[in-house]
Amino acid sequence: MELTGAQILIHYLEDEGVELIWGYPGGAALPIYDALDTDAKKLKHVLVRHEQAAVHAADGFARSTGLPGVALVTSGPGATNTVTGIATAYMDSIPLVVITGQVATPMIGLDAFQEIDTVGITRPIVKHNFLVKDVKDLAMTLKKAFYIATTGRPGPVVIDFPKDVQNALCDYQYPQEVSLRSYQPIVKGHSGQIKKALDMMLAAKQPILYTGGGVVLGNASAALTELAHQLGFPVTNTLMGLGGFPASDKQFVGMLGMHGTYEANLSMHNSDLIIAIGARFDDRVTGNLEKFCPDAKVIHIDIDPASISKNVAVDIPIVGPVQQVLTEMNQLLKKSGKKVDAEVLQAWWTQIEAWRATKCLRYDQLGHKIKPQAAMEAVWRITKGDAYVTSDVGQHQMFAAQYYPFDKPRRWINSGGLGTMGFGLPAAMGVQAAFPKETVVCVTGEGSIQMNIQELSTCLQYGLPIKVLCLNNGFLGMVRQWQEFFYDRRYSMSYMDSLPDFVKLVEAYGHVGIRIDNPETMEQQLAEAFSDQYKDRFVFIDVITDQQENVYPMIPAGAGLDEMILV
Amino acid sequence: MKHIISMLIENESGALSRVAGLFSARGYNIHALTVAPTNDETLSRLTLVTSGTNQQVEQIVKHLNRLIDVVKVVDITEGEHIERELMLIKLKATGAMREEIKRLADIFRGTIVDVTTNIYTVQLVGEAQKLDAFVDAIDDALIVEIVRSGAVGLMRGEKSLHL
Repeated sequence: MELTGAQILIHYLEDEGVELIWGYPGGAALPIYDALDTDAKKLKHVLVRHEQAAVHAADGFARSTGLPGVALVTSGPGATNTVTGIATAYMDSIPLVVITGQVATPMIGLDAFQEIDTVGITRPIVKHNFLVKDVKDLAMTLKKAFYIATTGRPGPVVIDFPKDVQNALCDYQYPQEVSLRSYQPIVKGHSGQIKKALDMMLAAKQPILYTGGGVVLGNASAALTELAHQLGFPVTNTLMGLGGFPASDKQFVGMLGMHGTYEANLSMHNSDLIIAIGARFDDRVTGNLEKFCPDAKVIHIDIDPASISKNVAVDIPIVGPVQQVLTEMNQLLKKSGKKVDAEVLQAWWTQIEAWRATKCLRYDQLGHKIKPQAAMEAVWRITKGDAYVTSDVGQHQMFAAQYYPFDKPRRWINSGGLGTMGFGLPAAMGVQAAFPKETVVCVTGEGSIQMNIQELSTCLQYGLPIKVLCLNNGFLGMVRQWQEFFYDRRYSMSYMDSLPDFVKLVEAYGHVGIRIDNPETMEQQLAEAFSDQYKDRFVFIDVITDQQENVYPMIPAGAGLDEMILV
Repeated sequence: MKHIISMLIENESGALSRVAGLFSARGYNIHALTVAPTNDETLSRLTLVTSGTNQQVEQIVKHLNRLIDVVKVVDITEGEHIERELMLIKLKATGAMREEIKRLADIFRGTIVDVTTNIYTVQLVGEAQKLDAFVDAIDDALIVEIVRSGAVGLMRGEKSLHL
């Protein structure tokens, strides 16, 4: 059957099982939008208000479902507007396919209207990208794009699709098979290494499981939980790894790193064996590398060989999918009947419990100002800890990570690697579209929310009942905190003057706005916002919080994990 | 330490810029780079000279392997290898210097490939150090122009880089 390139794209997406795409039309994507109108049967398209939001929404969809997210935009500014979204997904290894319109091939290189070198601009922030020059290559290019995006260490793939190729005719058949000679993702960890690692784990006296986003992305939470329970070791999660191990489990010592718990960071620092699983020793985790875990041997399980020994030298590397490796470990451990020395491990736990007893996340609840931590804890209670929580970037992100403990993976959706302000609201759209019946909370601040606030309009059009929790302290809070600590309280440009009245603003967009500025009515007002009354409504909760509040504990830049500022 | 990294890449537009972009993005050095098609028309051979600790170079190789357009990578300086570079050097050759340069070129097993009344162009092939030594042996004032190909190389014996 002969179709145009644009039709092939729509047919391909349906054959691939894609049900939802996010995008914004424009000149060089018009044939695709026409084919969407004429040919799409099940495929739905959500019209965003800015292309960056299309990519973040596809990203939120991907993070919460595990399926690849798809965005569609036009050439030139359409493509450049996706850059922050693509980079966000790249840093956090999120599978996305981003399709960008391009000027017709004879026009490429002539500085045509809305022409930009999309492949060149996106090259450093994609897992791979393609320019489709011949419609005959289109179906296979799409197949490769989905294959590359979703296998191995996942990541975004961009397909630049010129307008003449969109209009060119070609036979279409869904390609069943794909193979790339230069890309063969590793499907199994080395058994010898796995055995060696297990022996080292069983002999450890002060071990810790340090797990990251790879456990969530690799669907390895169950395997990790089983391994942790078999071994009885403490578990700490990175910011990206939260939910990968149940936070309510007594073996969980909290998040580690710059704003991690005292017990997590001291357990890492004093450990004799770190078992890193799907984590990459990011600088926000390690602090000063020269002071990092001086006595620890390191086992590192990761799908990406380039992550191993990048920042921290590894004693036993295991390259492979974390789920497969952990499952093999669990089986081996059961079969061997070997056990850790309970007495030795108990001594380690006694030490950890002593660190835990400092209650490093305590905060002052007195006074007439709302503490952001208290707001987070209230939302956790009201949503029974079972909401999908997206966040923007800054203090509120850390408060959410610290005070909304997650028991399930894929519930905590945040930009950990790139740290993209403006991510939270569009990401929440992606999650809510994937799970229309679930509670989706976007935790944000008055700074971040204004970076993609235009999406309030998209939320109305598609009836997305997101609950936005805006921790509004009138400051770019994390910037203010660093200025307080490290720049002699010179609050240069961190004060947000002339804020809009958010309640009126969201009402103008047709949504519900609630302002909370009294700690005494906070819980009740929050409960109302999450009540059945607003089940189908988008609610913006503007919580006026204490301007002076800081995120603690904190490891200052250049310090080691044992050099935390507690309160 | 100097390392010569040799790789087979897809013979496609953009493959070279992915490799070069990786080096600039991650702050690695490129001392020299050379690329040309192979007997398999779908593949190009790219040879790159870089420097760094063994750990850094190991990391470079891992990152190169991650690139979808890079099919195979080897650090040929890890083992026994042959390295060659070609240089064309244009020299002022007048009076007594005509004989002197000819003698020097012979010593280095170079060939004079172009001659005018005032100029000799010498072609020299060898390891980078040999080319450096030739340049050092010539008075700077005589050098009109130098072009070097950048190193290419192979592993010795049975070992080879192929699909």
